[in-house]
Order: sequence, then C-alpha cells, then structure tokens
Amino acid sequence: MNSEITIIKPRTGWGSIDLAEVWQYRELLTALAMRDIKVRYKQTVLGIAWAVIQPLTAMIIFTLIFGRLAKIPSDGLPYPVFVFSGLLAWTFFSTALSTGGASLLSAGSMISKVYFPRIIVPLASIGVGIVDFCVSTVILLLLMLYYGVALSWQILLFPVFFFGLALTAVGFCAWLSAITVIYRDFRFVIPFMVQIWMYVTPVIYPVSFIPENWRWLIYLNPILGWVEGIRSAFLNQPVNWLSVAVSCVLTVLILAIGIRYFNKAERRFADVI
Amino acid sequence: MSDQSIDQAIIAQGLGKEYILGGAEQHHDTFRDLLRGMLTAPFRKFKKLSGNTDENLFWALKDIDFQIPVGQITGVIGRNGAGKSTLLKILSRITTPTTGQVEIRGRVASLLEVGSGFHPELTGRENIYMNASILGMNRKEVHKKLDDIVQFAEVERFLDTPVKRYSSGMYVRLAFSVAAHVDPDVLLVDEVLAVGDAKFQQRCIGKLSEVGQQGRTVLFVSHNMGLIQELCSHALYLEDGVIKDYGLTADVIPSYLNDGVEQKSQWLASDNSGTLRRVRLLDQQGELLYSASYTSTIFAEIGFEALRRDQDYMVTLRITNELGYDILSSWDSDTTVRSTQQGKQYIARCELPTGLLRPGRYFLTARVRNSEHGYLQNVEEKSVEFEITNVNFAKNPQRLGLVMPDLQWEFSQLADGSLNVEDKTG
Repeated sequence: MNSEITIIKPRTGWGSIDLAEVWQYRELLTALAMRDIKVRYKQTVLGIAWAVIQPLTAMIIFTLIFGRLAKIPSDGLPYPVFVFSGLLAWTFFSTALSTGGASLLSAGSMISKVYFPRIIVPLASIGVGIVDFCVSTVILLLLMLYYGVALSWQILLFPVFFFGLALTAVGFCAWLSAITVIYRDFRFVIPFMVQIWMYVTPVIYPVSFIPENWRWLIYLNPILGWVEGIRSAFLNQPVNWLSVAVSCVLTVLILAIGIRYFNKAERRFADVI
Repeated sequence: MSDQSIDQAIIAQGLGKEYILGGAEQHHDTFRDLLRGMLTAPFRKFKKLSGNTDENLFWALKDIDFQIPVGQITGVIGRNGAGKSTLLKILSRITTPTTGQVEIRGRVASLLEVGSGFHPELTGRENIYMNASILGMNRKEVHKKLDDIVQFAEVERFLDTPVKRYSSGMYVRLAFSVAAHVDPDVLLVDEVLAVGDAKFQQRCIGKLSEVGQQGRTVLFVSHNMGLIQELCSHALYLEDGVIKDYGLTADVIPSYLNDGVEQKSQWLASDNSGTLRRVRLLDQQGELLYSASYTSTIFAEIGFEALRRDQDYMVTLRITNELGYDILSSWDSDTTVRSTQQGKQYIARCELPTGLLRPGRYFLTARVRNSEHGYLQNVEEKSVEFEITNVNFAKNPQRLGLVMPDLQWEFSQLADGSLNVEDKTG
C-alpha cells in the first residue's frame, strides 16, 4: 500500500508551481493534447487539409493586399515567403492565446469534478497548435524551394527561438486562462487583443518599415524577438540580437507573472467555474 | 504525526470551507439611484468577482474534526446543503479548505460525477485512457486493466465507437468502470449510483464493497439509507456544515432519520378564516398523545366550522407511514348521518383501530371538504404525527406487510389421517 501522505490545507500567498507534480501528470498532459488534436479535425471532410488551406489562404490574401496593392517592402525577399515566415510564428502564438485563454473555462466540468494540476489544461491547449505549426513549416520550406530562397546554418537557431515563443505563450496562457475563469469579460477581450497584436507585430511588414524614432516602441512587444528570429533563421537574414535579448527578459517576466497569477487564482477555480 | 495516526487513512482537523454567495443585488428606489447604480455597477461587480467582499459569506463546513481508519467504508449522510459534497471536494483536492487541514494516506481517487472528462468525439477506448489518466493512472496500468474495465462496463462491441453514440446507460457504465478500476487507497464516491439501472447499481455496490474488502478506504455520499446500511460499517452525519453524529451506521442512521422532525400530535388554527380549526390525537383519558403502544386506544379529533351556507361538510382522515405509503383512510360520513349549518362549529371524532399499525412513525392527515351539488370543493388538510411503540408479541416480532393486524387464530388437533389425500388412481 502506498503510504505517501497528502496534506490538504488552505493556500495563502502566491505559492509556486509544483513541477514535480506536473511531471507526475505528464501522461495526462499528452492525453489532453492528443485528445484536442484528434477532435480538432474530426468529422470534417477535409480533415488535416485545413491546416494547409488556412495559412496558405492567409498568405495569398496578405500578398495580394499588402505585397501587391500596398507595396509594403519585405527586406528584398519575395513577399509570399516573407509574410509566410512571419505568419508561421504568429499563427502558432495567436492560436495558443485563443485556445489557451478559453481552455480552463471549457474544461470546467473536469475542474469541478476531478483533481489534477490545473496548469496542465492551458499547457495542453498550446500543444494543439504544434501540429498546425509543423504542417506550416513544411509549407514554408516548399515555398522557399519554389522562390529559390536557400537555408543556411541559421536554421539551427530556429528551435531556440521557437522555444522562446512557446514559453511566452505559456506565460500568457497561464495568465489569460486563469483571469478568464474569474472575469469572463476576457472571453471578449482575447480575440480583440489578438487581432490588434498582429498588426503591432512585424508579420506583414519588416521592422525596417517602422520610422527610426518610433522603433523603440515596437521592442516592447514581447514576441518581437521570437517572430523576427524565426524569420531570420529560415530566410537567412541577420538576427537582431537586441530584440531577442529584450524578448528574453520580457518572456521571463511574463512567465513569472503568469504562473504566479495562475497559482493564486487556482484555488478558487472550482468555486467560481 | 502521533502514533495513533498510523492506521488512520484520513485525519481532518478544524476543517472549514467558506463560500461567497452570489446575488443580493442593490435596490433602486429612485431613477437617480438607478443611474448611480448603473455607473458604479462595474466597480461593485469587480469587487465581487475578485472576492474582496465580506458580505454574503457562507460556511459550507465549519471546524470539522474526524478520523477515518484505513479500510473503513464510511457513509456520509445529511440533508441537502449539509456540506457532504463540499467535504468530498476538499478531500479530493478539487477545492481548498478555508481553515484547518486534512492528512490523507495514499492515492486518492474520486468519483464525484460519472463521466467527467469524457469527450463525446473520442471512442470508448480513447476515453478509457483519457479518463484513467485524469484519475491518475498511467498507460501501462490502464493497458493491464483494459479488459476488466471493458468487461465490467459491457461495452465490448462499441469500444471503437465515439461515446457520443453511446446510450446514457453505456456511458455511465463505462465511466464507473474506469473509476472503479483505478485501485486507489482512498476512494471518494458521491451519489453516482443514482444513475444506471437497478442491475448495474447492484453490480456497482458489489464492486464498491469488494474495494472495501481489499483494505481500501471508501467514503460514500448518499441519500439512500438502504444503500448506506448495506455498504457502510460507519456513517458520518453532517448537518449545516458540522458533524452531528459519527459512529456505527446502525446508530447514526436512526439519529439522522429522527432529527428535525418535531413531534406534533396537535394542530390548532392560527386564525378563524379557515374551515379546518383543530386536529389532534388523544388517549383514553382525553390527554394529548404523542406515542402509543400497539394495543392502546387512540382518538382522532377533527374540529371545523361550516363557513358556507347550503353546503354539506365532510371530514376524512388518512394514515400514512414514514415512507409515504397510505395505510388507511376513512370518512366521517361512512358511519354518521348529519347535515351542517352555516356558522356552526363541529367536532368529528373516531377511534383508530388498535392492534393494526406496525411500530413506527405515522402521519394522520385530516381533510375537510364541502360538497356542492355532489362536487367536492375547497379541500383543506393538515397533518399531525404520532408513533406506535412496542409490540407485545412474544415470539418473532419481525413481520412482513404494511400493517400488522392482531389476527385471532384458532388451533386444534385433527383425527389421524384427516389431511391425507386419497389415492384416486387405485
């Protein structure tokens, strides 16, 4: 018999996340993520093809409107490749925010009936975006082949930047999912926020497009370094290490605040959900 | 940790849980108040949602102490809102207590609702793995028990069908089966057996008691005293968030059943507006009677005023047992010939049959009806309570049946062979 003793008592203060416990429940994490992945394209005719159609359509529309009509510069790269490399990172991040933010609310019945480390829910919802992300990566590589953009050693930096982006997503999702449980207003705030965020992130335009004296402002965007970094890694552009450094600092900050907030709110989830 | 706590599975000390009640919005008396209310509403709402308010607080559990030894099957009983589900939620760590602490030894699994965590789009098999991992089992363990789980749930044929196509019975069976096979050290079960058909319920009970026999600790919440009695050696009786009684099931259940029911064998009208004015039970001396023995005389007395003209008033009585079964009913017009006059007051009296009612608690419901052109109108009714106590049957006091009439038997000896059947084939 297992004689491990669990002590249940009131939780006060900020507390911190029990990583050992999350590890113990890692199978639940993968099970939840797999569940969402399986369910995502179930009972659709085209199935996983949607993961191809969506980003391609977005790329075509952006190319027509911003590349051809508005003639937005793309640092000398073919605009479709340029915008797709930005969309690759951005779509992953925005999907994570939308699904992650609502994840706790939609897992309400589970949360009020079973115990498990709650942080697993937003974490699993981020995992769902990874499948789409992989599909998009393949499309990007095909596009680069088509437009004759060569890969370089810089592709090795891609996992690092992606990890940074994922960590930022974790921080935001922890915070957003918890705050959405308590203030449901955030169900409306998040889509709105995501929409605006895209335009303040250099996805459809390069950083060089921003006038010099305003450029500092764009550095406040915590995902700037990662989005730009992923683009540079694929398209062999010079890496803007300053923006990467700023993003590093901001990500650590967001992760800390997000997870702390989550922990503080966690003990009320079952009561308010 | 003290020495005695070694063989305790659960030790709760000073456990309390406070909830914030919603509702109780402000009143707006004037238009100005309303406007002001609308302007400040977001701030008030913000304060409320963020939990920084001291109004509308409610203690679902107050300062509870108890210990549950390893291997004990404990029934948790109490009326709705007594704190049973809150206690299970704290023990299963779904919600945190406000005060106090609990020590639990070993792995805890809870079955607070059947099928929480099931996803309708996934197949039965996928949901088994999914649900088991929610309950803290790893893939290897599930793999080993898959056959048992499927067999118990009787869903072999539908294992690879999405559960949204399952009947509700199959859904429940599968969910219970997964939870029951988690093999926890402490199993918390909340009224889930209310769903499913009788046969499956019986198997669930069998499974639960099997779990108990394996030395696992079970906490079982139910309103079904029969189930509690069958399954649990001990019972914990909660009332308004405190422990009212905790001990052997056979001792706790009667105290639960007898509680809160005040003994009232008399009802008197509070004003002169109704027809029915008085219902009471009297003994032979004319004293108010609460309980009587099986053989003693009980009089029922029903007083009323004939409020309307040209109408005939009638009185009926009905005796109902604790479980709500009607035992008998009788009308005063069965044996009297009378008419009532407007404005006059009447008493109808009868003697209840002796040597008929089983020991137990009964309700006597009196009704007054007036009939106009043969139709009954304006039925008023009130109930009083009484109890039948001891029976003096020397042998075998256990009898079947709703009533226990004192039948007069005759007994005699026959001549040899009187009952033999003649052999007609010969």
